[in-house]
Amino acid sequence: MSVDTTTPAAAPAPPAPQRRTVRERLRAVDAQVAPYAYISPFFVLFALVGLFPLVYTFWVSVHDWNLIGGKGAFVGLDNYAQALGQENFWTGARNTVSIFLLSGVTQTVAAIALAAVLNQNIRARTFWRMGVLLPFVIAPVAVGVIFSKMFADQSGLINSLLTSVGLPAVGWHSDVFASHVAIATMVNFRWTGYVTLIFLAAMQAIPTELYEAAVLDGASRMRQFFSVTVPMLRPTIIFVVITATIGGLQIFDEPRVFDQQGLGGADRQWMTMTMYLYELGWGPQKSFGRAAAVSWLLFLFIIVIGVLNYLATRRIASSSSGGK
Amino acid sequence: MSAPSPAMAEGIAGRGAARARRRRLRRGGVANRPGWVTYVILGVVILLSAYPLYYSFLLGSSDAATIAKNPIPSLIPQGNFADNVQRVITSDIKFWQALGNSIVVAVLTAASVVFFATLAGFSFSKLRFRGRGPLLVFVVATMAIPTQLSVVPLFILMSKLGWTGNLLSVIVPGLVTAFGVFWMTQYLESALPYELIEAARVDGCSMLRTFWSIALPAARPAAAMLGLFTFIGSWTAFFWPFIVLGSSNPTLPVSIQLLQASYFKDYSLILAGVTIAALPLLILFAVAGRQLVAGVMQGAVKG
Repeated sequence: MSVDTTTPAAAPAPPAPQRRTVRERLRAVDAQVAPYAYISPFFVLFALVGLFPLVYTFWVSVHDWNLIGGKGAFVGLDNYAQALGQENFWTGARNTVSIFLLSGVTQTVAAIALAAVLNQNIRARTFWRMGVLLPFVIAPVAVGVIFSKMFADQSGLINSLLTSVGLPAVGWHSDVFASHVAIATMVNFRWTGYVTLIFLAAMQAIPTELYEAAVLDGASRMRQFFSVTVPMLRPTIIFVVITATIGGLQIFDEPRVFDQQGLGGADRQWMTMTMYLYELGWGPQKSFGRAAAVSWLLFLFIIVIGVLNYLATRRIASSSSGGK
Repeated sequence: MSAPSPAMAEGIAGRGAARARRRRLRRGGVANRPGWVTYVILGVVILLSAYPLYYSFLLGSSDAATIAKNPIPSLIPQGNFADNVQRVITSDIKFWQALGNSIVVAVLTAASVVFFATLAGFSFSKLRFRGRGPLLVFVVATMAIPTQLSVVPLFILMSKLGWTGNLLSVIVPGLVTAFGVFWMTQYLESALPYELIEAARVDGCSMLRTFWSIALPAARPAAAMLGLFTFIGSWTAFFWPFIVLGSSNPTLPVSIQLLQASYFKDYSLILAGVTIAALPLLILFAVAGRQLVAGVMQGAVKG
């Protein structure tokens, strides 16, 4: 504003040429600075709550660090060694991967199939689309509480239905694998419809000529699905799987409320890595150093599994185009 | 090809007929309608989507003794819902405070994300500046960083600021998101013509004025969707609020967990609480469900 102090803002008639140059200069500065100014909020916030914590997590992880006492001695990689030596860490890793695979695979397959059903010339399409998206607006914690009751070992809805048709009751909470199935069901309940709509959008973008050509070649509808639809969905499948990996491996809400203690069961049947991280930092140990070490291990874990998933999906998606 | 066009049909038989005709043309005629199997499958899927919520309401309208006796609830609700809700509200989970907190956090977060993301999206899509491409790539890359991993240092930071238990600790980290920036950039790229911006600039508008009166109105449809999804994301978030707010100043998901932990013997109480806590978003879904569907299908992909 005060580039030229000799020209007060309220002056009635400053010399025209000079006034224009000041204004022009201001406009030039405006045009140069504005683009950076407008994107800066994101970068400032990211530096504060994204980048800094990521680096700082490492700093905390190489110290003895207590929730209440704060920073202690430098301990090098002790916290990592400690974590890797704990049985609970590996239990958490096993449970996380198992729940992730159970939910990720069924969800992707179910969503593609459901999207194919929705991608027909159906009546009341908006109604059906809204219907599949409904569970998305229910908080994961609420889903977890509702399903933990439905999956109750004694006097639960699912077990009662099973026994009423002559099947044995399942130990949804006591059995390791069954508890993973129950938690994967919660995840799928909330997300399958959402992912379905993503696939549906991708299916609608497939050019109709491809199907016309397939029909001319005498391809059945099944054949069209596997030889045209699935290969064309490849980028979307990869995208969905990667997103699901990043989110799924951090799962916390649903298993946290699968029982009221929130520790993942008496034998840690369904304790996930994020639950373990929470317990280290905010449980009786109150060890931020170890929790931070587990954070970094979880980060590496996500990268490794993300890359593996990417490679696997690429192969699966491309082999179905060539082979079948 | 010789059949009347939709426009012609409108002239002859009115608007409804034109719409029906257009719909038929889109997919090659009524003959292509799928059979009843499709509707049976879809019907089952919808029942599965809706039943858990209805189950929650059924148990929430019952009482502990009945729930223990009949694990498979009768499909007709019982009369205790209002009583149970009353008990939830008078219990020590601070229901009203949690509801208020959730509203404050979700509204402020959504408004802020929409504003800052549109601002950044305007800049990335329509303004020329050095480093634009790499910076945008950087923004997109940050989306791949798992957020929950930073909880330890973020918690230390919040304690240093004295913000633990304060809503600021939940609001501030979510003021603008990489996804929002990317989403608005993509939208404005195609929705906002350069000519409009140039015209405004020639007329002597400042950059901020150009943003305010040209870009912001053009961004409205995408901004509304971004606002909706951010609101839902914020409303349903649990992990971070649970850690940093705790039971002293909870949001709704935190108080639901509290309810389950403290009244685990009485599921009529717990599920009545879950049901009313789900109500605000269900109302939102009833009002804006169409937009949500459109948003997901246009790529509003955010977990």
